[in-house]
Amino acid sequence: MKDQFTIPARLKTWSLALIAVGVLTLLLGVIFLHPFNGGDTQDYGTTRFWAVLIQNSTFFFLISVAAFFFIVAHTLAMGGWQTALRRVPEAVSGYMYIGGIVLFVVFLLYLYVAKDHYIYTWKTPGNDKELLRKHGFQNPTFFIVSSIIFMGVWMLTRTLYRKNSIAEDNGAFGDRSYFKKSITICAVFAVFYAVGISSAPSWLWLMSIDAKWSSTMYGWYTFASTWVSALSFIALFVIYLKNQGKLEYVNEEHLHDLGKYMFAFSIFWTYLWFAQYMLTWYANIPDETTYFGIRLWGSFRPIFLLNLIINFVCPILILMTRDNKRSWTVVTFMAVLIIFGHWLDFYQMVMPGPLKDHAQLGWFEFGILAGFVGLVIFATAKQLEKAPLTPKNSPFLKESIIHHT
Amino acid sequence: MAIKKFVVGNFDDENVLFPAVKRVRSAGYKIHDVYTPYPVHGLDGALGLRQTSLHTAGFIYGITGTTTALTGISWIFDVDWLMNIGGKPHIPLPAMIPITFELTVLFAAVGMVFTFCWLNKIAPGVKKHVFNPRSTDDIFTMVIECTEHTNVEQAKAFLASVGAQEINEQVAEDGWWWGTYDKEQVLYKEELA
Repeated sequence: MKDQFTIPARLKTWSLALIAVGVLTLLLGVIFLHPFNGGDTQDYGTTRFWAVLIQNSTFFFLISVAAFFFIVAHTLAMGGWQTALRRVPEAVSGYMYIGGIVLFVVFLLYLYVAKDHYIYTWKTPGNDKELLRKHGFQNPTFFIVSSIIFMGVWMLTRTLYRKNSIAEDNGAFGDRSYFKKSITICAVFAVFYAVGISSAPSWLWLMSIDAKWSSTMYGWYTFASTWVSALSFIALFVIYLKNQGKLEYVNEEHLHDLGKYMFAFSIFWTYLWFAQYMLTWYANIPDETTYFGIRLWGSFRPIFLLNLIINFVCPILILMTRDNKRSWTVVTFMAVLIIFGHWLDFYQMVMPGPLKDHAQLGWFEFGILAGFVGLVIFATAKQLEKAPLTPKNSPFLKESIIHHT
Repeated sequence: MAIKKFVVGNFDDENVLFPAVKRVRSAGYKIHDVYTPYPVHGLDGALGLRQTSLHTAGFIYGITGTTTALTGISWIFDVDWLMNIGGKPHIPLPAMIPITFELTVLFAAVGMVFTFCWLNKIAPGVKKHVFNPRSTDDIFTMVIECTEHTNVEQAKAFLASVGAQEINEQVAEDGWWWGTYDKEQVLYKEELA
């Protein structure tokens, strides 16, 4: 059966092993990093424990949402080329449920159970005028409620889309009603995604870590980062399935387009990075420059610069030529590099605020990363199993098969 | 440039054109070019054309622009006439990036336009021979270049056998061609009249 994916034993072993590494790291973290410490002086171990969990759970959750946005954008724009590989982004977005639960548990634990308050400093504003001024927006209740609303709608629309997509497979050939219904679902998601990724979730989950600082570019920046990582994930799974002898209609033409996406949105990310950096640098207002000061002149400097090299210099130089975008090997390498690069990007978005000058990139960070990667791979593989790999009744399937770039 | 003789076959169907291109090529005829009303996907591959080097040229123009901007700005502000703006350090890289970006795009774009014109031998004032005016409308025109070994009648017969609708023989200048038409040439337009 070319159209049906069953999880190979090796994939299962490896992803479960990665999850095991993650769980082991988490247990070691609970033992050695004292996540529930409190007190007047900051315990950097405690802060590090929670910050790493927040970094990884938001990063991978937002990737799965961005993977669904991949389908949404193409459905609304009537982009047919991706139909032959559409089940892959559908499956990557299936991580949304388990990832959402993990994310939500981490938030609840940090906001209501942990005594540490150095990540979301607005948890206990005290007498700080600046924090009190923003308290109407930055408070635990609003945080939880807006997270529930946005995550709920994202998951709901994804569920509806998936159901509709599988129903289309079982429906009659040439029945367009499923496609029309998917447009409605996608339109609802697009609105909530646009508002969500560029405001409440990204501002609250990530920007409020530097509670007194704000940037209007931040939502877009988060979007660009997760979107290009989602594209890399999709490319990786497409290449994996192709290696397994599945996805018979997908060829270099589709890979070329995915490569173009990775190339283009790496540059888009850089554009937003630079727009945010240059205005701060130029205006030179103390309130704003603290954000970059701590990243550029402290112990985070190497990561800050490495971030630019991996996410801008490498993609622009390596993915520029047509032959590289059509090479399965190069795209695999670049996809892994981009995902790691944007993981580092999220690292330097989250960590410097809470950890001040105590940059740590060690066993705990990489162990947790391994756990989340395993979880994403396992959840995606499970979702891939549940439906045929080619949406055979999609009105755009032929366009996708004869796609030529 | 040399004046050459061409055998021209006109096709009205893309699906006939593709196998025809393959058969004409494998029969050993030299295809000068195929003119189509719209870009036909895969035709460049079927014709055996090598990939364009336009993007390599574009990259070179781009980095030329980058270098020009960076050296230009730093020379102006830090060597030729030392200027300090807003207390920023000398060679303020972030402030130079927007102009560097613009100049990179400008050099790459303008350079590539000129290279494109040069590769396709088009420029203002250059007259190009049109083998069939309807090739901008609904006809696919295949042009076979005749060498001294080509038997024109055979070539015509072969084109008819692969599905060409309308076949004729034209004499034209290929490549750069400034000035007026030659008197000896019987043009397709005049043939129609």
